[in-house]
Amino acid sequence: MTAASVADRVREHIVDMCAGPEGGHLGGSLSLVEILTTLYFGVLRLDPESPAAADRDILILSKGHGALALYAVLAERGFIPVSELATFGQPGSRLMGHPGRAVPGVEMPTGALGHGLALGNGFALAARDRRCFVVLGDGELQEGSVWEAAMAASSLGLDNLMAVVDRNGLQLGGETEATMALEPLADRWRAFGWAVREVDGHDPGELRAAFLATEPGQPVVVLAHTVKGSGLPFIQGRPESHFARLSERQHARALAVLRARQRRGSP
Amino acid sequence: MTPPASQPARPAQPARVAYRDLLIALMTRDPRIYCLDSDTGLFTGADFGTAADRYVNLGIAEHNLMGVAAGLAASGKIPFVNTMATFAATRALEAVKIDIAYNGLPVRIVATHGGLAAGHLGPTHHSLEDLAIMRALPGFTVIVPADSAAAQEAVLQSLELPGPVYIRLGRSATPPVACGPTKLGLAQRLRAGSDIAVFTCGPYPALAALRAAEQLAGHGVQAAVINVHTVKPLDTAAVLAEARRMPALIAVEEHWRSGGFGGLIAETLCDHAPTRLARIGMPDTFAEVAGDQPYLLDHYRISHKEITAVALALLADAGKITGGAWDDPDLSRV
Repeated sequence: MTAASVADRVREHIVDMCAGPEGGHLGGSLSLVEILTTLYFGVLRLDPESPAAADRDILILSKGHGALALYAVLAERGFIPVSELATFGQPGSRLMGHPGRAVPGVEMPTGALGHGLALGNGFALAARDRRCFVVLGDGELQEGSVWEAAMAASSLGLDNLMAVVDRNGLQLGGETEATMALEPLADRWRAFGWAVREVDGHDPGELRAAFLATEPGQPVVVLAHTVKGSGLPFIQGRPESHFARLSERQHARALAVLRARQRRGSP
Repeated sequence: MTPPASQPARPAQPARVAYRDLLIALMTRDPRIYCLDSDTGLFTGADFGTAADRYVNLGIAEHNLMGVAAGLAASGKIPFVNTMATFAATRALEAVKIDIAYNGLPVRIVATHGGLAAGHLGPTHHSLEDLAIMRALPGFTVIVPADSAAAQEAVLQSLELPGPVYIRLGRSATPPVACGPTKLGLAQRLRAGSDIAVFTCGPYPALAALRAAEQLAGHGVQAAVINVHTVKPLDTAAVLAEARRMPALIAVEEHWRSGGFGGLIAETLCDHAPTRLARIGMPDTFAEVAGDQPYLLDHYRISHKEITAVALALLADAGKITGGAWDDPDLSRV
């Protein structure tokens, strides 16, 4: 099974879940697909049969609204049945719009932004022989608590901690730079004592290389440049993709586009 | 207390949309009013016209949001602050407490997604503690409008208040509640009754209580329904008047049962007129499952069925129900 084929299936799952009656956070889930599939298939040390194993690596999806991508990847990786994805958001389901610990593989509930990096500091501090990844949204970096945690991580020398920023450039209402500017983002992380890597967030090879390259005594942030809504031409790069409830026709067209993309073999 | 009144039915509209439209109109008339946003999306594409420079989107950063509001208010401006209820009451609490409440500044916090309104988005976005927190802060006026018309009235009347205001709104449209005129600080009698009184806070509790009152009428029980839109300052006189004439009271809220509206009524009764009180609200748990707001309300028994059952149990305990076959209304009458 190649990472690309997993990513294709994950995109289909996300689109399927957004066609449910509640809709979902479509754009920011699609921008995460390669980040999460690369982490879960080949980087993170995990066992779906034993999700609480003491020697596991840790992933915290601090941008909890990317839950659709996380659920889809957890299903593909064997933590939950793929069939369960159809219950997303439905009455009685454990698959809520933001992830909770009732879902195997979810370390901490997230969705209120700005919590994940501090949690990651704790997980990284608790066991220095495991790696801890925190995936953040770029809009989320507007929360001041992110920078408290960033300061602490470098001060503590947490070289087993890696932050990954899904830098899709958009937040709910529009461009991050027009809302509350984040640039110069790499310089800001460097000023807080972090090593910075910038990669194409949809290139599994670049992502994997960045995820595996740690720095002694220093936390690393991977600025993954992505496209919100990646894979669906009619929504990608548009802030309206933030939350969507796809109609039956939109759903059918989205799946057709994704499958054509797979046949072309485009990344 | 304002009396029951019929009013023309209005189409269901999300209260937050009604608020938004009113706020924009007010901003064009009053140059003191600012709209501070936190990337909520509520104002995306909105045309502020001549007031455009007083709409400021501060991004996803709620502590700064409250601090900026305090600075504006201390400079003679009237900021309306927009975020979700849980972020206003918990994430930004210290700024709300110290920068706004301690200084008694006229900041208006308009908090959407109150209670379980965020539905399937789950506990990170539910707000089941905000009333307990906000009513604890000295000087705050705390308002939970029952529908979009009441929300607009709350916004208008809030302009006359010298101190900080918290207005809790929902997310989706809810039906209008025929509650008559809204006057801040005065409870509203939605339905007259002489056997038991149900106090409600918010749209779904009010609608559930009215439905329960219909059910109870079938049991021969006349339940009064009183909507309390202003949680703080409470219309104490209205509460005590019911307490003194009823064998028991019920409080219904979309909030954890600890510290919220039912707790407020309990404190008030304890101080002035000890009376049997049943509190219907969210039990001591985070939501464990997905579901939309009506599903979760029913799942956690914030419902007309629960109000009816609790009312009958209270009346039975008080010896006010003499029993009898359920198909014989005379025998089951109070």
